[in-house]
Amino acid sequence: MNGKFMATPLTQNITPDREPLDIKQYQQVGGYQALRKALREMSPQEVQQTVKDSKLRGRGGAGFPTGMKWSFIPMGDDAPHPKYLIANADEMEPGTFKDRLLMEGDPHQLLEAMIVSSYATQADVAYIFLRDEYKLAAHRLKQAAQEAREQGLLGKHILGSGFSLEFHIHTSAGRYICGEETALVTSLEGKRAIPRQKPPYPQTCGLWGKPTVVNNVETLCNVPHIINHGAEWYQNLSRSEDGGTKIYGTSGRVKRPGAWELPMGTPIREILEEYAGGMQEGYTFRGLLPGGASTDFLVEEHLETPMDFDAVMKVGSRMGTGGMIILDDKTCPVAMVLNLERFFAQESCGWCTPCRDGLPWVAHILQAIEEGRGQMEDLEILEMHTQFLGPGKTFCMHAPGAMEPLQSALKYFREDFEQHIREQHCPWRS
Amino acid sequence: LEEEENLLSAEVRQQIDHWIAKYPQEQKQSAVIPALHIVQAANGGYLTNELLDEVAEYLQMPPISVYEVATFYSMFELKPVGRHKLSVCTNISCQLCGSDQVVAHLRKRLGIGFGETTPDRRFTIKEVECLGACGGAPMMMVGQTYHENLTPEKIDQILEALK
Ligand SMILES: NC(=O)C1=CN([C@@H]2O[C@H](COP(=O)(O)OP(=O)(O)OC[C@H]3O[C@@H](n4cnc5c(N)ncnc54)[C@H](O)[C@@H]3O)[C@@H](O)[C@H]2O)C=CC1
Ligand SMILES: Cc1cc2nc3c(=O)[nH]c(=O)nc-3n(C[C@H](O)[C@H](O)[C@H](O)COP(=O)(O)O)c2cc1C
Ligand code: SF4
Ligand code: FES
Repeated sequence: MNGKFMATPLTQNITPDREPLDIKQYQQVGGYQALRKALREMSPQEVQQTVKDSKLRGRGGAGFPTGMKWSFIPMGDDAPHPKYLIANADEMEPGTFKDRLLMEGDPHQLLEAMIVSSYATQADVAYIFLRDEYKLAAHRLKQAAQEAREQGLLGKHILGSGFSLEFHIHTSAGRYICGEETALVTSLEGKRAIPRQKPPYPQTCGLWGKPTVVNNVETLCNVPHIINHGAEWYQNLSRSEDGGTKIYGTSGRVKRPGAWELPMGTPIREILEEYAGGMQEGYTFRGLLPGGASTDFLVEEHLETPMDFDAVMKVGSRMGTGGMIILDDKTCPVAMVLNLERFFAQESCGWCTPCRDGLPWVAHILQAIEEGRGQMEDLEILEMHTQFLGPGKTFCMHAPGAMEPLQSALKYFREDFEQHIREQHCPWRS
Repeated sequence: LEEEENLLSAEVRQQIDHWIAKYPQEQKQSAVIPALHIVQAANGGYLTNELLDEVAEYLQMPPISVYEVATFYSMFELKPVGRHKLSVCTNISCQLCGSDQVVAHLRKRLGIGFGETTPDRRFTIKEVECLGACGGAPMMMVGQTYHENLTPEKIDQILEALK
C-alpha cells in the first residue's frame, strides 16, 4: 500500500482523460475486496456499525451521519420489503462537480459501494438517480454493471451468498429540486418532483412507501474503503473530528480551477493557494461561497478555517458540497447575488407560496438595485425576506438555502449595495 | 389497424419497455421520464400533445399526469428546435468566468437569443442551469457533448464543425 493510496482512497484510481479501470484492473488494485469481506465475514449490522464508528457524514451537503441514517432502516424478518437504496447523482448545486468526477473516473467504486451499502441495509433494489446530462457517467456505469453481473458480483446470490441485489440506472430530465431526497423519490415514481413532508423520513417511508436510503455519490464511495481498512484508519485520514477525506472543488477566477481529494479539515487558504494556485493575474480575492450556491459567503478573515462541517458552521456558513465559488474584485457582488437568486427563483418547484412568490420578488429587487433603480428601503425588504424564507418557513430547504448567500452578502458587501443605490448605477459597469 | 394508428414506432416502444422493466410491475409510470426522452429524440428533439397522449396510453397514465411531467422538467421541448441544441450554462461559476461574453458571441454569430431557433433550423440556443462542469467554466453542452473553457475562437470552431 503506497502513500498516495492511503491519502486519497476515493480518487486513487482516477486519472483525468483516461478510460476508467475495467473490472479486471479494478480487482487487481483491490477492488471488490470490501464486498467479499462484508459478505463473507460481516453481518449487515457489523457493516453498519463500522460505518457508524468511522464518523462518515453525508457529502450531499447536510452532513448527516451515514451510519445513523442507515440505523433507521427496519431490519429483520418483520421488515417491509422490497427495501431500496438510491445513489443521489442529481448533482446540480452550482459550483459542484465532484460526483461527476467519481462516476466517470471510477464507476466500479460507486457500484461496489452501492452493493456493500445495500447489503448493510438489506436492500433488494438499488437505483442510481442520475441527471440526464451525465451521459458519459451513464455509459461507464452501465458497462461496469454489466461486467459485475457477468462475474457474479451483482444480481442473484452475489458471490454465492444469500444476498441478492437488483441494480438499475434511472435518468432524470433536469430541475435542481430533484436532488432533494423526497422530491427525488417522487420524481423516480414518475411525477413532478415535489418534496414530501419529513418526517416520515425516506428510511421508513420512501420509494413507493417502502424503506429507502438516499445517499450522495461521494458519501457512498467512502464505504468500501471503510470496510477494507476499518473505522480508525478512516478517521486518521482526516485533520479534524469528521472522518476521512473530502473532495473540494474550486471555480471562479483562480489560476487552476478543479477538484482535489484532501484530508477532511484542510484549511480554506491551503486549498485556494496550494491547489487552486491563488487568484488569476489581475484579480484580487474578495470572498467565497464554501460549499456551493446555497451557502453563506465567507471573506478574507475566514481563510484559516478548516473545511469541515463544524468549523465552517462556527464561522457562519456551511461546508455544503465543498464546491467553493470564488468572488473576485472585477465582479460586482450585487450581480453575483442576482445571478444566484435568479437561479433559485427559476428552480423553485412552486409547491409553497413563500418560496414560489418570494424568490422571484427577491430577484426582482436585486435586479433593480443592480440596474441603478434601487432604494435604501429595498435593503430592508431583502433582509425581511431572509427571515420569511428562512429555515422552518417553507416546505423544504430550497428557500432557506437560497437566503444564505443573500443574507451574508448584505453583511459583508453592504457598502457595495449602498453604493449602487446612492449612485443609481453599478460601479462595475461603465 | 391498431399498429397504423400508433404514433410510437415499434423501436420506440421496445426502448420504452427496456425502462419499464426497471420498476415494479405496477409502477410503469416510473418510466415516463425516460420514455419522454426516447420519444423526443425520435421526433427530432421535441414533443407534441399527440405524442404525450400516446405515451400516456402506453404507460396507462392519465394524460394530464404526462403533461405535468413534460412541462415541469427542463429538458423536454414542447416546440420544434434546431438540429443542434446549444445549452449554455449561465449559473454563477460560468458567469464569473465570462458566460456573458459567450452568450453575446453566440447572439452575434447566429442572430438569435435564448429559446430561439435560426431560420434554417440549424441551431437553437437554450439557457441552462449548472451542468456540473464549473471547473471548466464558461461552458456549454452541444447536443450531448460538453465544451469547456469557451472563448470566442473556440465557439467559432465548434459552430463551424456543425452542419
Ligand atoms: N449536492 C447538491 O447538488 C446539493 C446539495 N444541497 C445540500 O442539501 C442540504 C439540505 O438537504 P436536506 O436533505 O434538506 O437536509 P436534511 O438535514 O433534512 O437531511 C439530510 C439527510 O439526513 C437525513 N435526516 C436528517 N434528519 C433526520 C432525522 N431526524 N431522522 C432521520 N434521518 C434524518 C435525511 O433523510 C437526509 O438524508 C443542504 O445542506 C445543501 O448543502 C442542496 C442543493 C444541491
Ligand atoms: C434543493 C435541494 C437540492 C439537493 N440536491 C442534491 C443533489 O443534487 N445531490 C445530493 O446528493 N444531495 C442533494 N440534496 C440533499 C439531499 O436532500 C440529501 O440530504 C442527500 O442526498 C443525502 O445524502 P447524504 O446523507 O449522503 O449527504 C439537495 C437538497 C436540497 C434541499
Ligand atoms: S421551499 Fe420551494 S422548492 Fe421547497 S417545496 Fe417549497 S416551493 Fe418547492
Ligand atoms: S456553473 Fe456552469 S457548469 Fe456549473
